[in-house]
This record gives sequence, structure tokens and C-alpha cells, in this order.
Amino acid sequence: MSLMSEFSKGIIKENPLLRLMLGCCPALAITTSVENGLGMGAAFTGVLIASNMAISAMRKIIPENVRIPVYVVIIASFVTMTDQLMHAFTPALYDSLGIFIPLIVVNCIILGRAEAFANKNPIIPAIIDAVGMGIGFTLALVLVSSFREVLGAGTFLGIQVLPESAPAILMILPPGGFITLGCLLGLMNKLQKKAA
Amino acid sequence: MTTSNDLLVVTSSPHVHSPDSVPNAMRDVLIALVPALLAGLYFFRLPALAVIAACVASAYAAEIICLRVMKKPQTGEASAIITGLLLAFCIPPHLPVWMAVLGSVFSIVIAKHLFGGLGQNIFNPALIGRAFLLASFPVAMTSWSRPLDGVTTATPLSIMKEATGQALPSLSELFLGNVSGSIAETSALAILLGGAYLLYRGHIDWRIPGSFLGTVFILMSIAGWVKGAGFWYPFFHLFAGGLLLGAFFMATDWVTTPVTKLGRIIFGVGCGSLVVLIRLKGGYPEGVAYSILLMNLVTPLIDRYTRARVFGRVKSHA
Repeated sequence: MSLMSEFSKGIIKENPLLRLMLGCCPALAITTSVENGLGMGAAFTGVLIASNMAISAMRKIIPENVRIPVYVVIIASFVTMTDQLMHAFTPALYDSLGIFIPLIVVNCIILGRAEAFANKNPIIPAIIDAVGMGIGFTLALVLVSSFREVLGAGTFLGIQVLPESAPAILMILPPGGFITLGCLLGLMNKLQKKAA
Repeated sequence: MTTSNDLLVVTSSPHVHSPDSVPNAMRDVLIALVPALLAGLYFFRLPALAVIAACVASAYAAEIICLRVMKKPQTGEASAIITGLLLAFCIPPHLPVWMAVLGSVFSIVIAKHLFGGLGQNIFNPALIGRAFLLASFPVAMTSWSRPLDGVTTATPLSIMKEATGQALPSLSELFLGNVSGSIAETSALAILLGGAYLLYRGHIDWRIPGSFLGTVFILMSIAGWVKGAGFWYPFFHLFAGGLLLGAFFMATDWVTTPVTKLGRIIFGVGCGSLVVLIRLKGGYPEGVAYSILLMNLVTPLIDRYTRARVFGRVKSHA
């Protein structure tokens, strides 16, 4: 496979959230505002690139039997770094994402890419794969959070777009996350079927 | 075996010809809703008319559009009118019209068609519409007004719950419907008339409203006795709020409630117990909508465990 297709597959064809249905937990929990979605996407992409790179570099020396604990230790190191950096430089975003930054450790997309891609491929494709997947996940988060923030809070990135009385609070409550994600998944399936 | 339509259909007897069909049943439900509709219009006048018209029109439009988009046969559109009407019945008369439209569209598109359309939905669409509106616009959905003159006031149940010191309406006012509340939930008399018609025509089973109302009555009698409130207490709870509307028109929805006889009784008792729990211990003054939705959720389970034994089979010792 060419590097270009390694990059682009994460955005539409194998979009981690909307096609592979991975990472639903953060996607449902933190998509109450576009800012959160972007912040989560950036933190996630950073960790994914670093962990894919590290795991790909060490793929020949990681013993087969204990590979999962090794991946977790590597990922946890990068998550801890990201956590500390966000705490220091973006305190507001850090507060609103809360527990979901440390929880990137157990994000199934990152572990999934490590197992499915990084431990079988050289460093350059592994990085490209991580960038594509990271952008795909970020786009999906921004898409979900755009619907939820506009409909539920009447704002987009904090800018008022709907009249004060209009927003349906339900959309930024948990049911709004399920409804939005469900509708988007259904739409993606429909489009995929049409394309095939 | 082919089941092509141009072949002669041969079936074994008995050959029953029944006038019961979905459109006929829908027509009867609409007739049964007329008394409550008239009572609602009488007590809440023009604002109620606007909300009802908006709900019915938007539910019908959403239904037609959904059927077109999903390329389904155009059947049972009358059910969308009933959904719209029932939703309008359980929301406040002074709700802004656009909110009513939103709730109605949500009922049809999300609660009905995304779950597979008529006959496939898990939850009662009208109640989902109400729950959506209540969660989305909590202020507008809990602003009540007095009938006829439209002065803002609390509902009988919230007067009781919050003990605001306002006088509780008399039982006869509650029975006739001259109290604040959702458009058509206030008049016990009108709802009982409609319910009696449905029972007479055999479209609903007495077991659900019977066990539902019976449970509420018995539990509230006990609660009233414990509180030393007196004889009127269970009757107050029976006539106040949306209990009768829910018990006759929403808990008896053919699609979202159990089909077995025992299952229907379990369903009614469950609804009744939840209503009592929410009214006495919960955060909301009224809990009919949530109680029915929660019981909708366990309907498949109830049906599964109350299925009749097939004739001739021995009970398994599983």
C-alpha cells in the first residue's frame, strides 16, 4: 500500500469512530462543545503518533507474549506527558476534559493501531497511519460536537449562532450524544452502501 | 413454496372475516380522543388550538416525508395524527408553537421511523416527544396556567409536592378538569368517556388501565392512611395529572405494551408502582410519562416470561 492511502484510509474509509466504531466512550462523553472535540482530538493524535512511532521502532524487541502490557506502558508514558503538558499550558481545556485525558491510555483506537499496524510496519508508515487516524478521529469528534453544541447550547466555538431561547438542552446531555452518534453512524452506513 | 400474489391463496379454515383493520382501529381511537380534545379546547382556548394544530400537522408531515425518504408503502398515516394529538395532549397549552413542532417531529422521526416505523418502535413516540421537550426546555415545559383566564399557576400535583400553601383544587374541579395542567390531561370526565368507548369497542384491554389505576389507588390509599390525609387522598392522585390520560391512551398502545394477559397486568402494576414512587419520593411532581416509558423498555422481557405454553407441550424443567 502506498503511503498516501495509509494516510487517507483513516479519514473516511476506516474512520475510527464512524466506520470502525472505536473510541465511542470519549466521543460520547466530551463532545458537548467543539472546543472540547478539537482539544480531545489534538491530545489523542499526539499520543497516537508518539505511541505508534515508539512501538514500531521497538517492534522487533518486544516479546510476543507480553506485548499488550508493553504497549500499555508505552502509551501510558505518552498520556502522562500529554496530561501534564495540558495541565500546564491549557488549564481551561484540561479542566473541561477532566478524566478523559488520562483515559486515553485505554483508548481502543490507540491500542488497536499498535496491535494492528505499528507492530507490523516500519516507522514511516506507522507515523503516517497515526496522522491519518488522528485526523479522522478529530474530524469525527468535531462533527459530532458541532451538532451537539449548535443544537444544545446555541453556540459554535463559543459564538452565539441560535437565539437564546432556542437550544434544546437535551443535545448536550448524554442522550444527545447517543442520538447524534447514532444518526451519523446510520448516515455513514447508508452512504457506504450507496458507494459500494 | 411460492407466495406470489397472482396465485390463488389457499388457506385452511376457519376463514374469519373481520371488519377490524388498522385504519378502522385508528378511526376509533381518534373518536375516543374527541371528548378530551373538546375539554382541552374549552379550558385552554386558542393557545391550545395552536399547539394541537401544530403538533398534528407536523407529525403528519414528518410521517409522509419519512415514508417517502425510506421508500416505504404509505400505510397507517393516521397513526401519526394520533401520535401528534397525544403529544399535544400532554404538553402545556402555552408552549411556544415551534417547540411543539420540534417535539412532534422528534416523536415521528427519532422515536418511530428510526426504530423501523409503525409497529417496530420500542417506546411510545408521543411520550418520547414529551420526554424530549421536558429535558430540552425545562422552563417552558413546566410553566402552567389556569384554565379559561390563562393566569400562571402551579398544577395540583406541584402544589401538593412543593407544599406552597396554595389551596388544592376540589375533587369535583379535578374531575371536570377546571385546573391547570397539560392540554387534555385535566378533565378526568372527558378521558373516562374516551376510555370507555375504546373498552366498549374492544380496542384496549381492561387489564392495563385496570391494574395501572388499581395499583395507584391501593398504594395511594396506604400512603394517605400513613399520612393521615383522609379519604380524598387516593382520589386526588387518581384524577390529578396525566394518570388517566396515560393509563387509557398511552399505556394501552398496541405496539409498545405486552401482548399476553398476565404480561399486561404486570405492565400495569409496574407503571402504577413507578408513578406512586415518582410522585411521592421522586424529584418531579408527576411521573406518568416516565413510568410508561420505563415499562415500555421491559415489555419484550415481560412478553418472553409470560408466553403461554404451546398446547400439548410439557413444561420444561429448565
